[in-house]
Amino acid sequence: MSLLTATRDWIDDRFPLTKMWEDHLSKYYAPKNFNFWYYFGSLALLVFVLQIVTGIFLTMNYKPDASLAFASVEYIMRDVDWGWLIRYMHSTGASLFFVVVYLHMFRGLMYGSYRKPRELVWLMGMFIYLALMAEAFMGYLLPWGQMSYWGAQVIISLFGAIPYIGESLALWVRGDFVIADATLNRFFAFHVIMVPFILAALVVMHIIALHEVGSNNPDGIEIKKNKDKNGIPLDGIPFHPYYSVKDIVGVAVFLMVFSAILFFAPEMGGWFLEKDNFIPADPLKTPQHIVPLWYFTPFYAILRAVPDKFLGVVAMGGAIAVLFVLPWLDRSPVKSIRYKSVIFKVALAIFVVSFVVLGWLGTQPATPVFTNLARLFSVLYFAFFLLMPFYSVMGKTKPVPERVTYHAH
Amino acid sequence: MNKDGANLSRRRFLTAATTVVGAVGTAFVGVPFIASMQPSAKAQAAGSAVEVDISKLEVGQRMTVEWRGKPIWIVRRDDAMLADLKTLDVKLRDPASQVAEQQPAYTQNPHRSIKAEYAVLIGICTHLGCSPSYVQKTDTHNLGNDWKGGFFCPCHGSRFDLAGRVFQSVPAPTNLVIPPHKYLSDTKILVGVDQGEA
Repeated sequence: MSLLTATRDWIDDRFPLTKMWEDHLSKYYAPKNFNFWYYFGSLALLVFVLQIVTGIFLTMNYKPDASLAFASVEYIMRDVDWGWLIRYMHSTGASLFFVVVYLHMFRGLMYGSYRKPRELVWLMGMFIYLALMAEAFMGYLLPWGQMSYWGAQVIISLFGAIPYIGESLALWVRGDFVIADATLNRFFAFHVIMVPFILAALVVMHIIALHEVGSNNPDGIEIKKNKDKNGIPLDGIPFHPYYSVKDIVGVAVFLMVFSAILFFAPEMGGWFLEKDNFIPADPLKTPQHIVPLWYFTPFYAILRAVPDKFLGVVAMGGAIAVLFVLPWLDRSPVKSIRYKSVIFKVALAIFVVSFVVLGWLGTQPATPVFTNLARLFSVLYFAFFLLMPFYSVMGKTKPVPERVTYHAH
Repeated sequence: MNKDGANLSRRRFLTAATTVVGAVGTAFVGVPFIASMQPSAKAQAAGSAVEVDISKLEVGQRMTVEWRGKPIWIVRRDDAMLADLKTLDVKLRDPASQVAEQQPAYTQNPHRSIKAEYAVLIGICTHLGCSPSYVQKTDTHNLGNDWKGGFFCPCHGSRFDLAGRVFQSVPAPTNLVIPPHKYLSDTKILVGVDQGEA
């Protein structure tokens, strides 16, 4: 017996190393018909790791102090060797995190990956999304620019809309009467320790839950229904090496896109880093046009569409909360969009259009025309979810195949 | 768990009692952590009063000072501006300043100030906390021909008149807040201390 296998056996007697490798990689059987849409889960994991690593290096030079923060970011950009690269990797990573997560969620929406028995996979994923939003919001305060400051001021003021306890809650979150040094300091603590810790735990739970029930696939059928005599799904292939290699191809393409943005358009014309954020925070002067970063704008548009302070906050919260109950809204007899009724396909298309249009409206000034448009698309957004129990059982679904659709290349 | 000959109800009681005591202890330990996030003594102290010299303020001008980290506006209004205020009453949500928390009692009057000439306001929109812009009647603006001068919030379009009173059908629910303040002399205002207090 070689030294290597001896070492492995020594460890296996004390820690389930080989067992974990097999359970989650070499003997985790995933459906063989995964397509393009199945890249984004592993890419999200990649970006998470990238954010952690670049974040650690940024904290080595960043100062979480209202009088030093802005200058310390500029110091990283100008004076620290390769500091600009690490900072732009972190800021580009933040936006691309949301790109891959939105595509990952849309995949689930298309193929019914939230349906029984994967309700908890979806719910844990939603908690990841929630934690990710908190992480992005608090991270955006740290450069202490005008947008950092006033964006945080607006969002924390949302708490103030809650009846009775709102104002004291907002005061407690800020730790001062306005956004101040105390707020910056605690957001730094949350951004670098608390939320990443929660995110990591949720990601592990998300993957454990997924591997317990097995992956869904574009046909939305259960591969565990057809097993060979060894109990291995006939339509399953081991994750490693088949999908680990496939995902590496995805990583290569993703890194090309990532690098192109990083080196040629790190601010993405104001979409990834807003120009007002290159002005130090001024508590006495609000910028003329306050816009959250693009990944929050659909919800911001919904907030502004409601002409009442408290109800606006309720609508915005509801737009996110309704995603959590999705597994119990869809009553269609089939999971995948491939076999769902035309009505469902149209509804999904309307939803995608509504989400994108709301996202765009959220970046525009609230003129009367835009406000009315935002109202229309907010209604459509909510209709997609709240009417789903009714329209998902309407119309004619296509027959679902017994085995996955697969064409060898 | 071995149940032979055990007094199960006593065991259940002891388990429950231990759990409750443990939970109470945890809650008590939680208090200092929650409380540590409240504004610190230093932040509270920074809320102390600010003295403002208004001798150089011309008619129609606005000056901004900082109190508790918030912008405080002082606007000098002439008789024409004060006369305009009355004409706006029908367009306002709370023309008589009846929401008591928005101002000290001694400024609950038609011009919302101690002296009619000077308005003292916290320059933070009551909607979501942006700082509105000061738009005079004579400035170029797109707030309509009947705009008499006042404040416009760039974030979500709320409008206020020259007394900080909110217009109808804008997102902000209430008038701008008036900070506690008093006159030390004709040209000096102390922001942060109520009239009549030491």
